[in-house]
Amino acid sequence: MEGRSMIAELGAFLAILGLVASLLQGVCGLYGGHRGDVRWGAAGAACAQIAAASLALAFAALIAAFVRSDFSLAVVAANSHTDKPLLYRIAGAWGNHEGSMLLWCFVSALFGFAMAQARGAMDLGLWARAIGTQGAVTAGALIYTLALSNPFARLDPAPYQGASLNPLLQDPALAAHPPMLYLGYVGLSAPFSLAVAALLQGKADQHWARSLRPWTLLSWTFLTGGIALGAYWAYYELGWGGWWFWDPVENASFMPWLAACALVHSAIVTERRGSLAGWTILLAIGGFALALLGTFLVRSGVLTSVHTFALDPARGAAVLVLLALTVGAGLALYALRAPRLAQPTGFAPVSREGALVLNNLGFAVAAGIVLVGTLYPLAVEALTGRLVSVGPPFFNLYFTPFMAALFLLLPAAPLMTWRMADLGAALKPLLPAALASLAAAALVIATAHGKALAAIGVGVGAWLVLGTLTYLWVRWGRGGARTLPRLAALPLAVWALVAAHGGAGVFAVGAAVETSFRAESTAALQPGQSVVFAGATVTLVEVLDVRGPNYRAARAELRIERGGRARTLSAERRYYDAGGAPTTEVAILPTLLDDLYVALGEPAEGDAHARWIVRLYHNPFVRLIFIGAGLVALGGALGLAALARRRAVGAVPAGAAA
Amino acid sequence: MKALILAAALVAPLDDPGQEARARALENEIRCVVCQNEPISQSTADMATDMRRLVRERIAAGESDAEIRAFFKARYGDFVLLRPGADPAFWGLWAAPFVLLLAGLAALFALRRGAAPLAPEPDDR
Repeated sequence: MEGRSMIAELGAFLAILGLVASLLQGVCGLYGGHRGDVRWGAAGAACAQIAAASLALAFAALIAAFVRSDFSLAVVAANSHTDKPLLYRIAGAWGNHEGSMLLWCFVSALFGFAMAQARGAMDLGLWARAIGTQGAVTAGALIYTLALSNPFARLDPAPYQGASLNPLLQDPALAAHPPMLYLGYVGLSAPFSLAVAALLQGKADQHWARSLRPWTLLSWTFLTGGIALGAYWAYYELGWGGWWFWDPVENASFMPWLAACALVHSAIVTERRGSLAGWTILLAIGGFALALLGTFLVRSGVLTSVHTFALDPARGAAVLVLLALTVGAGLALYALRAPRLAQPTGFAPVSREGALVLNNLGFAVAAGIVLVGTLYPLAVEALTGRLVSVGPPFFNLYFTPFMAALFLLLPAAPLMTWRMADLGAALKPLLPAALASLAAAALVIATAHGKALAAIGVGVGAWLVLGTLTYLWVRWGRGGARTLPRLAALPLAVWALVAAHGGAGVFAVGAAVETSFRAESTAALQPGQSVVFAGATVTLVEVLDVRGPNYRAARAELRIERGGRARTLSAERRYYDAGGAPTTEVAILPTLLDDLYVALGEPAEGDAHARWIVRLYHNPFVRLIFIGAGLVALGGALGLAALARRRAVGAVPAGAAA
Repeated sequence: MKALILAAALVAPLDDPGQEARARALENEIRCVVCQNEPISQSTADMATDMRRLVRERIAAGESDAEIRAFFKARYGDFVLLRPGADPAFWGLWAAPFVLLLAGLAALFALRRGAAPLAPEPDDR
């Protein structure tokens, strides 16, 4: 092996520089905000720039070590391999505990930097304190990373070859999934910092809420995209046709998402009406607490899951300390300062803000249900020593109907006016949508016996889609004829609402139909044999031995005949050189309405004419699940564009929806 | 040996569609004990296949869902059941969502009650 590269030392130095800069960012920002001194604030902003730049370079150094397969780094040796394709060598940098913690710190510094740059209409006190708080968060995470999970730790002697990345994670969607999820997770630190800054300042008014909204929406959008990407990956990579399993680690990202959903909406109320400021602050603290709890659950390995990298109690305990400090400080500050926040609390039950309060109650309780279900086995084990499981039946029994009830109320909300609304006037335009949704539910009942749950799901989803379109129709017709130019001229905020709420409806229809009507079958086929499944004839043409860059695979060529048309697809079973369980690459024949999904199972041992296990799934409407989730994320992106445009124009929103 | 493996990987569906539906539902509720957080319906592990076959054998033998759950619980412990039981250890779990909802509603009423009457405000922008 040639001379050692200094890249690890450089990376470690940059990370320590980032820590020093973050600490200074915290001190300068908080002191500057306290003194109202713009020079200290500017110094804090400069530190935020240094912190972000040095952590970006530190993370780049780690990626470089992965790309060069520098096995003198313990984390590279444990998670990489020279035969791995470049994309997965890069993705290896965050496909492990140490590297993903460095990414966590980097994203936190990035948000500090962004807040420092995008001061907008924030006054000095709020801006400087927010930068300072964000600096403290970054510093805390960095201390943990450098002390307990240093990605730059050396291994001596360095091995000649690495142990490779978990083969399941060697997939394009999963290479992109963690960074996006982290932008969302860690992005919730920005609303947290702004909430703490507001408490320190003793002022949480409409201007504050206005500064809060883009950060909340940004992290929520990333979280939505990250979760959707993860579900899509699970669908096509895990090889059993499922997309969500209420796995504790899925829940760990879902809880902050639910809290962020509530926060996105409560921030609207606080901005428009000045009310609910205390609750909005509490949600911002709670949302970040759930993100930290998620990090703890994933990192500590207290809950076993395919997603967990590290099973190290010391690390788990340290994350728990970090969580207790952050949340404890936030809540203590809230208890001290919130009563003094001047805020109007009144709202009429029947009004836009009343509806949004109900939305917040719903999302908060929903997050609570997921939290209780996720942590309950831990509590039982701690108290009684019994090992128990709380799985999908619990969540399906409580969470799903609760969400459906929430969705029933949704379409009326955007049609209500602020302050006081006339319920009759809000509901009247929804009559056709209501009738059509009932008809859709009745149609499902009539065509599928005993599938009441599917009918309810389809009805609720249709109600959401049609109700949202009704809102668009009403907005379009307000103050003039429904002409195309007037449709195009509708505020972006209206389109954001339509995409997000309509997307939720599309998702609901897809989830209800897929869950209720999916079919599966298993067959053992010799090459040349066929099986008839879900109206298609699936023929196993041949099974080839193929070689990938770092795996060997059995590739099945499948001929699928359906409705007079034939297609040839391939499904693989991959055996990675570095070992581990074989992975599946499924064959999916998608149409607009359903997927025919074929996974290749184990061969039956022996001669060349062996039979192969072929697992077949028919997943109706499954595309709607991912299209719906994508629409929800698109709604978030449009909402951000609306906020950006509003800021560029500098105008007060003119009766826009959100 | 070959036939045995084939039999293991392929769990024959039950003839009665009702029984088959019950088997599939149960397989979603029983945890594969060698996997990480997967029900036996979704795991390709040999162990899961064996457990799937056990479910079907017992259904074919006329056992009720409750009896089958009890069998797995006795054999592998509480951990194997993804559906939380009805024993006192789970009362907190079953009650928690209602407690949360009631607490939320109570907080809402407290907020409304403590609020000053709506002050006349300028018209909506």
